[in-house]
Amino acid sequence: MSKSDLNKRAIESLQTIAQNWYDQIKSGVIPSINLPTRTKHNIEYDGESEVWKYGEKESTRSAGSAKSAMHILKMAWVIWFLKKQIGENRSSTLRELYYISEGWKKAKFGAQDESNFLIEDLEILTDMQREAFHLRPEEDGATIFGPIELKEVTRRGERKIHCRDDVGEAGYQIPTNVDTIDFLGHDAKFVIAIETGGMYARLIENGFDEDYKAILVHLKGQPARSTRRVLNRINEQFKLPVVVFTDGDPWSYRIYASVAYGAIKSAHMSEILATPQARFIGVQPSDIRDYNLPSDHLNERDIAALNSELTDPRFATDYWREQINLQLKMGLKSEQQAFAARGLDFVTKEYLPKRLSDMGIL
Amino acid sequence: MVLADELAKAQRSISVAEFFEKNKHLLGFDSPTRGIITTVKEAVDNALDACEEAEVLPDIYVGIKRISGDVFRIIVEDNGPGIIPEQIPYVFGKLLYGSRFHQIKQSRGQQGIGISAAVLYAQLTTGTPTLVISRTGAATPACQVLLQIKIETNEPDIISTQEIEWDRAHGTRVQIEFKSSLAAKKRLLEYLRYTAVVNPHARLRVDLDDETETFERVSAEIIVCPKAIQPHPHGIEIGQLQRMLASSDDPVELFLVSGFSRVGKKTALEMCQIAGISPGKSAKKLTKDEQRQLIAAMQQVNVPAPPASLCLSPIGEELIIRGLRKEFPMDFMRARTRPSSVFSGHPFMVEAALGYGGKLPPEGNAQILRFANRVPLMYQQGACAITGCITEINWKSYSVSQQGLPTGPLLILVHVASTNVPFTSESKDAIASIPEIEKEITLALQELGRDLKQFLSRRDRNRLAEDRARAVCAIIPEIAEKVSEIVELPVPDISPIEGRIMRKMVVKRRLSGDIVTIELNNYTDFNGTVSVYETSPDNADDAEPKADFVTSLDNEFTKVWQVPMTPGATWRVAWKGRGGGSLDIRGIDDGKLVVVDLNV
Repeated sequence: MSKSDLNKRAIESLQTIAQNWYDQIKSGVIPSINLPTRTKHNIEYDGESEVWKYGEKESTRSAGSAKSAMHILKMAWVIWFLKKQIGENRSSTLRELYYISEGWKKAKFGAQDESNFLIEDLEILTDMQREAFHLRPEEDGATIFGPIELKEVTRRGERKIHCRDDVGEAGYQIPTNVDTIDFLGHDAKFVIAIETGGMYARLIENGFDEDYKAILVHLKGQPARSTRRVLNRINEQFKLPVVVFTDGDPWSYRIYASVAYGAIKSAHMSEILATPQARFIGVQPSDIRDYNLPSDHLNERDIAALNSELTDPRFATDYWREQINLQLKMGLKSEQQAFAARGLDFVTKEYLPKRLSDMGIL
Repeated sequence: MVLADELAKAQRSISVAEFFEKNKHLLGFDSPTRGIITTVKEAVDNALDACEEAEVLPDIYVGIKRISGDVFRIIVEDNGPGIIPEQIPYVFGKLLYGSRFHQIKQSRGQQGIGISAAVLYAQLTTGTPTLVISRTGAATPACQVLLQIKIETNEPDIISTQEIEWDRAHGTRVQIEFKSSLAAKKRLLEYLRYTAVVNPHARLRVDLDDETETFERVSAEIIVCPKAIQPHPHGIEIGQLQRMLASSDDPVELFLVSGFSRVGKKTALEMCQIAGISPGKSAKKLTKDEQRQLIAAMQQVNVPAPPASLCLSPIGEELIIRGLRKEFPMDFMRARTRPSSVFSGHPFMVEAALGYGGKLPPEGNAQILRFANRVPLMYQQGACAITGCITEINWKSYSVSQQGLPTGPLLILVHVASTNVPFTSESKDAIASIPEIEKEITLALQELGRDLKQFLSRRDRNRLAEDRARAVCAIIPEIAEKVSEIVELPVPDISPIEGRIMRKMVVKRRLSGDIVTIELNNYTDFNGTVSVYETSPDNADDAEPKADFVTSLDNEFTKVWQVPMTPGATWRVAWKGRGGGSLDIRGIDDGKLVVVDLNV
């Protein structure tokens, strides 16, 4: 779809929402919108695309109460603003949108969470991505290091970049809008996505990418949309296996889940953001036991999070039930850098190769 | 010499004054900070009791002044009946001297310890004698006495006495100096405020180290002084019975009828019969065994409860509310006076009040005001039966949150009136756990709790309706405006939505630029005339339509329009001005009316 077509479609779908309200008011009905309920109780597995999406449950926001009326009023202001922005071919960041609303009197946002949430509502209602509304996320993308070559359209023209030979020690930085890059080719066997910067640097320093033909992707904690989109695209285009390497605690399992199955917050876009083939490599609770890793005791919040995961449909597999129950029984958690206790080479020379061959990737 | 002889040398009687010198805490003088409150409390209690007996409206002055360092001068002056000069030294200079100890009726002071304990305390901490001025009437001059207590003998020690000129026609003034601190200033003011609440007929003027405050009276009704009654046969112990018997010249039957309340001839004969005593036997001549039989018989016979209405003086629901409203502005206020009841032969009565919202702190424990015989109880809240009852009640069932004590913007007042309030100690800080009293407190609070629950649910319903009104009348119009801008069509009329949702008379006030508009839309079947009152600094000379009449006060103008409204009718007025002020619509049921200020 050409850029102007995309703009036209974006304006049309935004306008449809407003037209609906207009018709409701005109016929004496209180304006309202229906949105899927955005909780873990309303995400369903879609067999066809193999990702988790919002289910049937919907909630209606009707302007009959002051709170919901304010929500609709703010949404109307945002639609009005986006329509203008797209028409003038301008763009803004989510943070800027929040500040722009300062001048909207009653409709101004109380916090950035509120405006982010509202934009996600619009994505769901229009079935389009926020980039189509010329909105950019604030978060900077993470980095890639390894034997893969890509082409990026920058403000100063096209650049061809090899993610090991043409970049510094820190790797290639993924732009916020991934649609500006094309992947050209690679010499890799698999992709390994890593939670912490420390472990990412360890793998680079130990030459893991060269020794095992691995593309390293730094997730930087809970991954941004662009990072997840990159993993999805590399996996789709080159059919390369993706493994996720995180700490061994409940919060890190959620990082894996959002890479593999999609996040609850963005379940409306799981198809293009999630990588269902991604597999969890570690740190597994059984590794803490088998390698006798240095560990911490689970605190109350960890235990609550693990129990919550047991009821999360994304973790409803035998593998996860076994691992989570084992962890609850041990009452322990370990960071991925705990492998350093067995020497700095242990993780790249022994642990990862063993896990990769167990998983049938090497 | 044997040891016992030696010990005997050291054995001697102890004067009450000596005893209390060593046990100051028993009387509420455990710390200098507390001493100041206890002294004011005792003096004010005495003043109120005296005024009540004389049936005058109390006018009480309390002055506290720092003399030097930690020495304070406390002055309490009343317009009571005064004390005759011969009695002054005993009232102030002798512990356990009083008029009310032997009477069975509700009064604040009882034992005659309080004020003389303060005199003693002054003497111990500063050595300054206490100054008392009293005058019994316009015809007699005032008498001024300077006195102390002889600690070894508990007798007054008069330093000087003289007749003086005094501007009051009758009344008493006491001036005491002792070491203290004003650390508990807040609590002292609290004490005076609470006293004002339960004594709505009193005016209290306070001069606290040059800070003055007046608690005005809200009722000019003189309270009827409770009358003393005879003891009740169920509330008597053997020792007291023996004393009464010994001083009687009557035969047993007559002794019972005349010496006890609610005992008639028939009851007296029944008691004699059960005790196996001849009714005609002289009361004085009963043997020890017969005395014991008689008291047992007195407990067995059914005797009606003592005449509480005579000897008790409850504040009354209306006056509690008036007293509370003056000191604590609240949204909800309800009081309950329970019927009188009896514990071990002592009549008592429980009164309670609940207040909610207003200026009460929205978080934290509820404010508890405890009273016994119209005296605020300031200390030992945790040890008091009233607190116990409050904690036992399940406040959650009255929509009030609770963590032990109920929490939120809640005020709980409990007043226990009795001829003999059972305190846990002589300092009279906490009421003892007597099951009969606890039951009455619980019942009173539960009844009030139900009223509060009703109020809260009605308020929540109103809030919901207001929330809806705000959404419909203030936000939907803006949605309509914005949406029209997006789809580039004319702004639709939202009055159909307004009418369908509200089914009320909707009154909207709006300020746009410098134009104030008030609009009435009648979505009900109301057919009649409403009055629109608007009070603000705008004089609305140019109002269209013109106000039916305008009054002005302190640069504020009240404009009134008489507006005939039929079902479905709309009416509008506009003028040039700055708006603000208040808007009031009369002539239509509140349930059918919604007033929305669109500029809020």
